[in-house]
Amino acid sequence: MERRAFLQGTAAAGALLAAPAIAQSSTEISFYYPVAVGGPITKLIDTYASEFEKDNPSIKVKPIYAGTYQETIVKALTAHKSGNPPTTSVLLSTDMFTLIDEEAVIPIDDFIRTDDDKAWLKSFFPAFMLNSQTAGKTWGVPFQRSTIVLYWNKDLFKEAGLDPDVPPATWAEQVTFAQKLTKLDQSQGASQWGIQVPSSGFPYWLFQGLATQAGTLLMNEEGNRTFYDRAEVVEALTYWVDLSRKHKVHPTGIVEWGTTPKDFFEKKAAMIWTTTGNLTNVRNNAKFPFGVAMLPAGKRRGSPTGGGNFYISRKAPAAQQEAAFKFMRWITSPERAAQWCVDTGYVAVRPDAFDTPALKKYVTDFPAAAVARDQLQYAVAELSTHENQRVTKALNDGLQAALTGTKSPEQAMKDSQAEAERILTRYR
Amino acid sequence: MSMRAASEAYAPTGASRLLETVAAWMLAGLWILPLLYALWTAFHPGEYSARFEVLAPVTLDNFSRAWSAAPFARYFLNTFVLVTLVLSGQLVLCTLAAYAFARSDFRGSNIAFALVLIQLMIMPDVLIVQNYKTMNMLGMLDSIPAIALPYVASAFGIFLLRQTFKTVPQELDEAARIEGAGAVQTLLRVYVPLAKPVYLAYGLVSVSYHWNNFLWPLIVTNSVESRPLTVGLQVFASTDQGIDWSIICAATLMTSAPLLIAFLLFQRQFVQSFMRVGIR
Amino acid sequence: MRTEAPATPLELVARSIRPSSTTVHAWLLLLPAMTLLALFTHWPALATFIDSFFSTPRPKRGATFVGLENYRQIVDDPIFWQALTNNLLFAIGTIPVSIGLALLMAVWVNDRIAGRTLVRMAYFTPTVLPMIAVANIWLFFYTPQYGLLAQLLSAFGGASYNWLGSKDTALLCVTIVAVWKEAGFFMIFYLAALQQIAPSLGEAAVLEGASRWYFFRRVQFPLLMPTTLFVLINAVINAFRTVDHIIVMTRGGPDNATSLLLFRIYELGFAFWDTSAAAALTMVLLTGLGAIALAQYIFLERRIHYR
Repeated sequence: MERRAFLQGTAAAGALLAAPAIAQSSTEISFYYPVAVGGPITKLIDTYASEFEKDNPSIKVKPIYAGTYQETIVKALTAHKSGNPPTTSVLLSTDMFTLIDEEAVIPIDDFIRTDDDKAWLKSFFPAFMLNSQTAGKTWGVPFQRSTIVLYWNKDLFKEAGLDPDVPPATWAEQVTFAQKLTKLDQSQGASQWGIQVPSSGFPYWLFQGLATQAGTLLMNEEGNRTFYDRAEVVEALTYWVDLSRKHKVHPTGIVEWGTTPKDFFEKKAAMIWTTTGNLTNVRNNAKFPFGVAMLPAGKRRGSPTGGGNFYISRKAPAAQQEAAFKFMRWITSPERAAQWCVDTGYVAVRPDAFDTPALKKYVTDFPAAAVARDQLQYAVAELSTHENQRVTKALNDGLQAALTGTKSPEQAMKDSQAEAERILTRYR
Repeated sequence: MSMRAASEAYAPTGASRLLETVAAWMLAGLWILPLLYALWTAFHPGEYSARFEVLAPVTLDNFSRAWSAAPFARYFLNTFVLVTLVLSGQLVLCTLAAYAFARSDFRGSNIAFALVLIQLMIMPDVLIVQNYKTMNMLGMLDSIPAIALPYVASAFGIFLLRQTFKTVPQELDEAARIEGAGAVQTLLRVYVPLAKPVYLAYGLVSVSYHWNNFLWPLIVTNSVESRPLTVGLQVFASTDQGIDWSIICAATLMTSAPLLIAFLLFQRQFVQSFMRVGIR
Repeated sequence: MRTEAPATPLELVARSIRPSSTTVHAWLLLLPAMTLLALFTHWPALATFIDSFFSTPRPKRGATFVGLENYRQIVDDPIFWQALTNNLLFAIGTIPVSIGLALLMAVWVNDRIAGRTLVRMAYFTPTVLPMIAVANIWLFFYTPQYGLLAQLLSAFGGASYNWLGSKDTALLCVTIVAVWKEAGFFMIFYLAALQQIAPSLGEAAVLEGASRWYFFRRVQFPLLMPTTLFVLINAVINAFRTVDHIIVMTRGGPDNATSLLLFRIYELGFAFWDTSAAAALTMVLLTGLGAIALAQYIFLERRIHYR
């Protein structure tokens, strides 16, 4: 025991010599991470934590695997409310306003002191910072981020007489391609759908792709106003509804998010929209050549970003907050970001990561991995407001009502907007 | 079988018996379908999870993937400890409380009983935030007792046992006491044996509930050392990246196998022990 | 004075209990259970009750007393009414069907049909399969085009249907899953009860020329009454407690078609962080369940006295 303490002490002393700025004694930071216990990703995070500890012997990182994003924020906020929060957590970027309103997090700006720090904060893809900043302050640091892309089955394209290497580039092409790719059978069922855009659980996210392409944002930057009833929004929803009702190239009703990749593997859907986070899954399970493309353009191209940011807890002791900040900087260095991208399929959060040898090689071997990066120039902030989940649900309900045919797109969006207004007025 | 069931006199014969057998088998087939599907999918590669061909290759790959995805051995142990802790705590506490309610007329007994009954309708699932605060105050977060404690004093158990104890004839109680038994001995010698079927029934409810309980354990635990099986299973249940049925089915079989096999082996004893102590 | 081995405190307490024992001793017996109940049920429930009359505390605006405002909002919330309707339909769907099927299963398995061990096993399997995993298997059954139901239907020339993705059928789908989960579990209790009925009753009834249906209705079923009540309490509680499969299969969608009360509470409390609204809705649910529990309790007490 004594020997161990002694060794630790010398190691700390060594670190002190190497980096004179570190002068604190041993600090432990707890780190909520949104993945279920076990699985390959927990092993990666464990490795990162221990490598970080090797570089920073005075800091102990204790990762806690907290389940899905939803379960992680439940755990984090429950702990926050009872006064015992984790030092840092990876939570959805869209939870920013909720976390601010609960005074659960502290701005990252508080830790930015040197020019080096400032350069680091500017090193991320601007699209990812849209969901990390509001009112001039930065609240989250991008970590595992994604966008929506279109996956297509090259075999089925060939079968339908389409060029297997050319994905649809516009809304109109998307419809005509899908028409060629749809095989309807006798009783209104289809043995193969041309296109499939999932709509269970969080339809707003996929819909935001359509709305962006139709040329509108869904909310303002302050997160206290939504534009659900704009003409462009209704137009986007009408396009989605028409895919199934008018053109009959898309399943009717609500399409399950979880089964969509499987539908693709089973050749029941020739084109699907889903997250870049599915890249590895599709690569491992598709028994046919497939392509990955940016979402087709309406008036413009567009997709929301998605995924999680690092946050630092307001209630944590200052020494722990500093240590957490250090961990964040360490794990978002270009080399780590590149490695993370290769290991998981998430988009590396900073452009210079794509210049590292590891990521260069990966992109050469698997060009699809670069599609998400290239789409980032068209990306917009994911829908995020005060009382985010409630305002988002207002939109989800409207979308599902229109997709199941219980309301017209106009009516559905009018109702969603009214509900969002009711919730948001007090934040103005 | 020494004891014949009452319905035997009415046991169907001939065509009606055939009809009943066929109907029972059809319903059984329907009921076991998810298990059959799990068996099929767990032992075949992923591309056969929606295609049922006789010649599909057989593999154990899904099991090794599932087993390595989380420390399941430890989770098994944790669940076992948890279920044992909850059930033994429930049995002791509920027996004592039920005895007090059933056999003594004391001041405040009605209020006390009402206070117990309140828990019948209050599901601990909706009191999570408050209970988390309490556990934090007690410094018990992230431990197996923390998962167990809110469930140990079970109104359902107290209620059931009280009803049962009330049906025990007063004479038996008095006879035991005349023979010199103290209250604890009377409780153990007279009441507990007579309530055996109720203990079994209640034990079954309790074990199956806590074996499968999910939300509260997830919230209150952080580490592998305290998390139960369901939290481990959840690795595969998250659908963010699409559902992988092969691995879900392998994991489901793996975690349920002990219970399934135990039931298969002991189901006769299990059902009989329900009836052994009954109407004579 | 007799000498004897020193008794444990528990024995001392228990020993002094007689039918006419003192209040103190009874309360001592109750103490462990009562302490835990107070700590993990009464106190948090009371806190929830109080919270339901205050606004949700936000860091910038603390909780203020708002009277019945939270309840008024519930009444004004169309999703509450939908969740309530859904939950009632869910209860009406699950309770009688699962109890009826449980009874039928028990009667069948109790008869000497061929292979009844296997049949009994089949009925019981849902109980040991964890809902969180099994819900995903059911998701496959309901999946359009290549799901099991779709494959079966297409074998008979039927069209593929999006069962979980349509507002008309989604609730029915999750109700079926709940029935499947519960019926086999309840069967065990009926089976045990059926086997306790003395054979002489059946023989006597045969001699009197009673039909099988008459025997079931007038002899077996009344004797099963305590079991039915036990099962009924369980079924009612479960009808308002089951949300795991909703979370996995539909998340309350499409457009709230499968939102149940506890799911809505979870959503209000842990997704929207509107703890006061969740508290108020919890009180509404508890009041409803309390009324049901009270009715059952009174019924049960009357039965015991009758006996």
